[in-house]
This record gives sequence, C-alpha cells and structure tokens, in this order.
Amino acid sequence: MDIDKKLVKKIATLSRIKIEENEVERFSNELSKIISWVEKLNEVDTKDIIPITNPSDIKIPYRKDEINDGKIKDKILKNAPEKKAGYFIVPKVVE
Amino acid sequence: MTDLKNINLEKCLELLKGKKISSKELVSFYLKEAESNKKLNAYISLNSENAIKSAEESDKRIAKNQARPLEGVPLAIKDLFCTKDILTTAASKMLKNFKPTYESTVTKKLWDAGAILLGKTNLDEFAMGSSNETSFFGASINPWSKDNKQYVPGGSSGGSASAVSGNITIAAIGTDTGGSIRQPASYCGIVGLKPTYGRCSRWGIVSFASSLDQAGPMTKTVNDSALMLDVMAGHDKKDSTSADLEKTNFYKNLKNSKKLKIGIPKQYKNDQLSKEIVKFWELGIEFFKKNNCEIVEIDLPHTEYALATYYIISSAEASSNLARYDGIRYGLRKNSEDINDLYEQTRSDGFGDEVKRRIMIGTYVLSAGYYDAYYLKAQKVRSKIINDFNQAFEKVDVIFTPTAPSDAFEQGSKIDDPIQMYLNDVFTVPVSLAGLPAISVPIGLSSNNLPLGFQIIGKRFDEDSVLSAAKIIEESANFKKEKN
Amino acid sequence: MNNLNDWETIIGLEIHAQIVSKSKLFSGASTDFGSEPNTQVSLVDAAMPGMLPVINKYCVEQVIKTGLGLNAQINKRSVFDRKNYFYPDLPQGYQISQFTQPIVGKGSIEIDLKDGSSKEIGITRLHLEQDAGKSVHDLEPNKSYIDLNRSGIALMEIVSEPDIRSAEEAQEYVKKLRSILRYIGTCDGNMEEGSLRCDVNISVRKKGEELGTRCEIKNVNSIKSIGQAIDYEFKRQIEIIKSGGRIDQETRLFDEKKGETRSMRSKEEAHDYRYFPDPDLPPLDINDDWTNEIKKNLPELPDVKKAKLINQHKISSYDASILVSDKNNAEFFDKIIDGNKKRNPKNIVNWIIGDLFSLLNKNNLKIKNSPVKAEDLGELIDLIEDSTISRKIAKNVFEEMFKTKKKARDIIEKKGLKQITNTDEIESIIEKILANNKDKVEQYKSGKEKLFGYFVGQVMQETKGTANPGIVNEILKKKLAN
Repeated sequence: MDIDKKLVKKIATLSRIKIEENEVERFSNELSKIISWVEKLNEVDTKDIIPITNPSDIKIPYRKDEINDGKIKDKILKNAPEKKAGYFIVPKVVE
Repeated sequence: MTDLKNINLEKCLELLKGKKISSKELVSFYLKEAESNKKLNAYISLNSENAIKSAEESDKRIAKNQARPLEGVPLAIKDLFCTKDILTTAASKMLKNFKPTYESTVTKKLWDAGAILLGKTNLDEFAMGSSNETSFFGASINPWSKDNKQYVPGGSSGGSASAVSGNITIAAIGTDTGGSIRQPASYCGIVGLKPTYGRCSRWGIVSFASSLDQAGPMTKTVNDSALMLDVMAGHDKKDSTSADLEKTNFYKNLKNSKKLKIGIPKQYKNDQLSKEIVKFWELGIEFFKKNNCEIVEIDLPHTEYALATYYIISSAEASSNLARYDGIRYGLRKNSEDINDLYEQTRSDGFGDEVKRRIMIGTYVLSAGYYDAYYLKAQKVRSKIINDFNQAFEKVDVIFTPTAPSDAFEQGSKIDDPIQMYLNDVFTVPVSLAGLPAISVPIGLSSNNLPLGFQIIGKRFDEDSVLSAAKIIEESANFKKEKN
Repeated sequence: MNNLNDWETIIGLEIHAQIVSKSKLFSGASTDFGSEPNTQVSLVDAAMPGMLPVINKYCVEQVIKTGLGLNAQINKRSVFDRKNYFYPDLPQGYQISQFTQPIVGKGSIEIDLKDGSSKEIGITRLHLEQDAGKSVHDLEPNKSYIDLNRSGIALMEIVSEPDIRSAEEAQEYVKKLRSILRYIGTCDGNMEEGSLRCDVNISVRKKGEELGTRCEIKNVNSIKSIGQAIDYEFKRQIEIIKSGGRIDQETRLFDEKKGETRSMRSKEEAHDYRYFPDPDLPPLDINDDWTNEIKKNLPELPDVKKAKLINQHKISSYDASILVSDKNNAEFFDKIIDGNKKRNPKNIVNWIIGDLFSLLNKNNLKIKNSPVKAEDLGELIDLIEDSTISRKIAKNVFEEMFKTKKKARDIIEKKGLKQITNTDEIESIIEKILANNKDKVEQYKSGKEKLFGYFVGQVMQETKGTANPGIVNEILKKKLAN
C-alpha cells in the first residue's frame, strides 16, 4: 500500500502532528515501506479466529462507589503550562 | 577494602546486613562512579541530593535490625517510571521538565522495601526503539564499546542496561514492550527479565503499548533478578490488567533446581541466523542436557508474522496513549492562537521522528477503511501466535532461543532504516504478544568480543521455571565480564 | 404550494443521561454539580502520564437497571472501546466508550400522545461512556477556560430507532424516558443542569419517497427546544429541497434565543474516531444471576404502575399519567390508598392533583417536601367521608394543614369546625334565624324564592359553615313550607 503525500497529510492532521512540506516525501516513503512490510499478514488465514485485545484472561476488577479521590486541585494544576483562577487555559475554541 | 564496583545485589545485601559496608558508603561510591562515567550517557538525571539522605536513614534501620528486603541498595530506574517530585522525562522533549506529583506502584514497592533511587536512566524516546538512539538526551553507549567504536546498548532500556553492565549501579529496572529489557540485556551482557503480563503493575509507568508493556529487573545475576522480582511483583487495585495472585517466592524457589523440558522452536532456526548464534544455541542445549533436561523440538508456525503483528498493535495503542501529550495540562507547550495549531506545533516539536512515525502508523491502521485489514487482522494473528505457544507448552516447560539475531551494532548503522531496526526484535516480540515471561541471560562473547544473550521463555506466571533454566545457563556459561 | 402535509420527518434521538452515582465511572472523584473548578479531578481524570481506569461497579448496575426499565436486552459480554479525537475538554485525547459491543441492546418505550393514542418507540442500544470536561468560553476574549470536574462522570448514551415522526412525539419520548430514568433512580433527568442532554437526528422526505439526508442537531437543552429545533429544521430542509438544493449531512447547533439551527462555524472534517477496544480494560461479563438480582430489586415501572392505577382503581388515563410522571406522586397516592382501602381513589386523585399540587406549585415545593404528609391527607379525606366536616370546610382545613403542618383533627378541634349533623340542633338554629327574619319569611312565602339562599347563608354564618348543608336544606324547606 502506498501512503501518498495526500494520505500522509491526512494522517498527520488526525494525529495533530505538523509535517513540513519538505518532510512529507520522506514520511511518505518511510510509512509506505513499513505498511508494505506489515502487509505480510495477509498470508495468514484468520477465518473464524476471534481477535485478542489483551493476552491476559483477567476478569474486569470492580471499584466500590465511594468518593476517595479528587480534591487535589493544586496537584492537578501544578504542571499546567497555562492556568488561571483554577482553570486550564487554552486559546479560544470556537464552536 | 571491599570491592564495591563488581558486587551484585545479593552480595551487596549480605555486606550491608553483615554491617561490612554502610549504605552511605555504597551510595556515595555509586554516585561518584555514575558522575565519572558520563560518557556512557546511561543516566538522564542523578538523585544526588536525596540519595545520601536516604542512605543514612537506611543505615539507621540496619543498625536497629529493621532492615527491609532491599534496605540501603542503590538502584537505577528507567526514566519511564513516574517518580514523585523527581524529573521523569521518558527521554522526550515533550516531558523534559516534567515532575510527577505521584510515584509509580513498582518504584513505590522498591522504596518501601528500602531501596534507594540512584538516578533515572536513559531510554529510547517513549520506549520506542531498539538502540537508545532516539533519546532527546542523546544516545547511551554500550560499556563493551572499544577500539574507538561506539556500540549501542540496545533499547529501549539502553540506559539501565548500560548502567548495570558498566558497574555504575548495583541493579536497575526497565520496561519491556517488544524486547526492551531482554535485547539490551543481551547486548550488554547482563540478565534482563520480562515478567508475565499482569505480574507487575503498570500504574505510573508512562504508557507506550498497554497490552504489551511490563516492568522488569535488569541485573548482574539471575539470583538478583529473582530478588528484585519478588519485590516488584504484586496485585495493584489501580491497574485493571494486574493479576491478583499469591505472594511470590522466586528467590527462595531458585534453591530447588528443576528438571525441565526445553523446547527448541524449529521456525527460529533459519538460514539467516549467523553461524555464531547457531553455535551458542547448540552450546546452550548441551548445558541443558548436562543438567538432566530433555530437549524437545517444537513448532511455532506463526513466528514470521509476529513482527508485523507487533508493529501494528503497538503503534495503534501508542497513537492513542500519546494523544494526551497536547500541551494543556503538563509538558511542552508551543503557544498559538488556534487550538489545533497549538496541538500540532507542540506535538511536532515535542516528539522525535521515531515517535512521530509510530503515531502515524498507529493512526493509519486504526482509521476508517483500514481497520479491518490491519488492526483487526493483527489481533487475529496475535490470537494464532498465542495459540502456537499454548500448544508448544503442552509438550515443554520452557523454550530456549537466541535473544537477538546478532550482537550489538554500531551507533548510527541502522537508525536510517526503520525496518532494519525493527528486525532486531524478531525473537523477543512473539513473547510479548503472548504475554509470557522471558529472560535473557549472557552465554558468551561474539567474535567481535561483544556479549550474546539467550532467551528462556516460560508459561504464563511460571517465572520460577524461567529463572531456574536461566540459572543453568548462567552457571554453565560462566560468563565473565572481560572488558577493560 | 406550501403544502407541508406531503412531507414527513424521520427523527431519531440520542440522549446522554448522566448516571446517578457518588463517584465517577473510572475514578474515585466526586460527581457533585457546581463545585469550584478542577476540585473534583483525580490524576486519572486529568490523564496524567501512567494513569489507568478502574470501573465503578455501581455505574454498571445503574445501566443494567436502565436497560431493564427500557424492556431491553442486557448483553452478557460487552467491551469498552476508545473513541479518539482531540479537544481541550478531553484530557486523554480519547473517550472511553462502547462501540461494537454495548451493554444494552434493543428495547422500547411507549409514549402517549395528545390525541389519546399510544405509540411504541424503539431503542436501538444503550452504552456506557465517560463524560467530558467543560469549556468556558466567555471569561476572556481570546481564551477558553477548561474545568475537568465533569470529565469522567458516567454517562449512558441511549439511541432511539428513527421511529419518531413529529416534534410532539420527540418531546413525549424524552419526557417518558426521563420519567423512567427518574423513577428507577439512575438519572435525575435535570436538563437545566445538563444531566440529560439531547441530540436530534432529523431528515425529511416526501411521503412515500426515499429517506433524506439527515442532520444532527446539538445543544438542544430543554423539552421546549426539542420542539422548536424540529419545527425549524423541518421547514428549513423542505425549503432547501423544494428550491432544488441538497441537504448537507452536517452537525448543526440549536440557537435557543433565535429558535433556529445553524451550521457549526468550524467546519469539522468527517470525524474518524478510530474506535478500538481499550487494552486497559478487560471485557465486561454480566451473567443472568446478576441481572436477575437487579430485576428483583427494581421498582415498578411507570407503565406497569399506570396500568394498575387504571385497572385496579378505575382512575382515568390522564390522571394516571400525572401520577406516574413522578415516582413520588405515585408513592404519595399509594400511601393514602393503602392507609384505608375504603378511601375513594378518585377522591384521592382530585385532592392530590387539584388542591395539593396547586399549593405546592404556589410555594415552589416538590411533593417530596410537602408539608402535608400522605397519611394526613388520607385522614382528612376520611373526615369528609364520615361527615365530620363538609367538603367546603375541608378545603380550608387543608390550607391550614399546609401552612402549619398540623393534623386535620387538631385544626378542626381548635377551630370548632366539626360539622353539625344533629337535626335537633340544626332545627333550633333554623327556628332562631326564621324568628329573627319574620319579614323575609313573609317575602319568601309570597313568592321571593331567592331568599332561600339567604336563610341558608344565615344558618351557615351562625354555625361558621359547619352545619351539614344537606340537613339544613331539608329542615329549612320543611319549616318554610308551613
């Protein structure tokens, strides 16, 4: 599968990564190579095979409905690059 | 005068308990050693301030006979584990100034057992790599480098491997997603163990690929590995993938040798394998035979598809796990008047090329129209690979393979070809996909005088057999560090 | 020709209902509304590096309860998926939701329409997911302020089949759904506080033709807005088609002030959410034992309750609807009817819906906090029934009970309001009145029949309204006939 420049730009946007014009070709080549390489999987017969997400067979553990977290505003905001009046600040998001 | 440089963890605990050395001496010594070996670039940061203080407290406890299992021992921690109020960078520009307000479960267990943080070690950025060359803080060097050549320590836990091998720490911990503990252990001539998926908690470890990541010890000997794992392992309520099992006794259990059936997968022996590796493989098999173990040929038919499966799944999970690095709540921020531009600038500046490549591959294989052909397909092949191992383990107790297809390579020799780099993981990746425990133990030196390690793979939660088999290789190979 | 009757609208609703629980879905932080920003945020909610989700069992139970309340299938295995997109109020960069395998499958609810008919609206599915944080856009001109208190609260997303055909149906669906959720206690249905949110999917077509392109309308925050948004969209889409244009498949926002929908300013690309199973969470298994345990403890559902009220107590459908619109109403009624089987249900209903509701509304109170308790109202009704007081007096007594929280008997005692039924007593009072109004009696006897009311009034005044009107009328008639 060839990852052409248009597709590279689309993927980059979805990933919120900026690719400069002069990098697009390089990424296109690298990604194309990697994708072609992984296409090897098409050789495997996987009819009727149930896909696996996690190798463990652990049962989902439950938590009791009690309030035992939060109320740590200072810790939550401590590493924020921009904060004010207890909020995280970002450039105006237009809806 | 006790030789503090060439002692292992076990010996160290003995000396501390016997009051032959103090923790303060030990820690001071290792801080100095770390400082004077900056050329290895094994550490991103050293805990100089607090380590001595902690050592003094450990000495007090030892004096009162209140020593905990790892009391007073300095450890090197891969800079992927969140350590409270201490710089945790994941070797990335994105987190270069990040100090978490919390401690990872695994490191907390080590500190609660009396161990002391020596420093945070170097790694491939966000644990993505096999050579420690993608770190924002520069490459780490394999202490076996000589003749003016720089060899890679392997990756992603290259810094930890380098530190242990270079004797600038007693022991270290790393993480293993596709071989990131085992492969550097092989390249640096030390012991590296990846426990069963779910054996150690992932809480507080900067996440790369959730269904693959595991914390594990990187040590000079197999006994050390068992000692460390006994402390690191355990159920964590805060991690939904953490196994709830009985307390472990790996160190104690090593005293009883086991008669094991050793599996040799025929698909791992291909024409591309170097004669040298084949030679050592046969040597290892002899070691097992001499120790009463039966050798059985086994079949792992989907071996050749494991790398592709791994790269699809790990990239997919990584693309999602790294979405939180957006410049809003922590980490690097490149300001802008538009939020999407802020995201793009921050992430482009904060992430290196390999990380960007993996995020984009991950985004691609999950996107509409491609999900079935890549991600879903990979999940199904993963299922087949797991089944391969299940079938094999009906016949054998452990499986014995090379850890890596070669010894350490020179810095810069593979960095421009991602696929060449990925091929280093060919023997380690299937194990990760199946969530099995595996260890790399040094077996000898290559013709290039660089270490070679071999891998022992076990059934889920059977680290006992893995360690037992590793002990056989360790004792038989009698690998001595002959550098310098 | 502007004949809208040739057209029909196909509507499906997506409701997001915040689950009533103390802590969040995957973290132990509180779910309280209205706290200081970022005070109900854990490290997990803030998506700090290395954080992992652990699921709140009670939230899962609330979903199962809701599924049962919607007559829906509870799936034995369900999976959590990550929905990936970037937005400042989504700290992880993905929302933990459910895509291919939700907890609840197909179900249905019945709605009642104004014209007396009922209609079944299908439920496609219900799944469990995390709520996002809140962005405040108006505190500074060039910045948005992010508060993550809401981030991670458990939400149920309830998707209806596109069975809805009018604004009224849509509103009744939401009202009914809300009452069920409130009834079983899984969501407080508070649209003003945002614990119940509605997205409308609407398309139009000429009757008999193919389905049209649908638009999604967001930000519809009240029952009234639902009606307005649908009415507006219906007309807008038809106009476009009539003038030869095409409907863009898009997401639009409802503007409450203008009563219109508008295109979202930022042209978002078609979202590619790249759903995949969350590797941090094993699958959710719900066995029959668990479901049955929950079923056992489920309160009677509104529709079942309503049917009982109609069949057992012969209450009108309209009145029954009001009683089941709120679990507290039904409970209030039940307490009264259970207190004394002889009580007339119709009476009880009239008192509740008429007198009680009127006073509650005037005083801005909910029935849960009514100063008059169910047992006390029941007692009052008994006192009318056994003629201790007249209905007219009872109304005053009731007002007094509401104001003072005192019991009926105490008020009646204190104010001497007991109905006089002793015929001798009444007769002597009547004789007194007639004796004092000889002239009026003469006038009455010579034809001024209207004066009857005057005499009755006088008797009532004399007895402070407590004389039994029936007996007064009888005796007065007899006396005046002589």
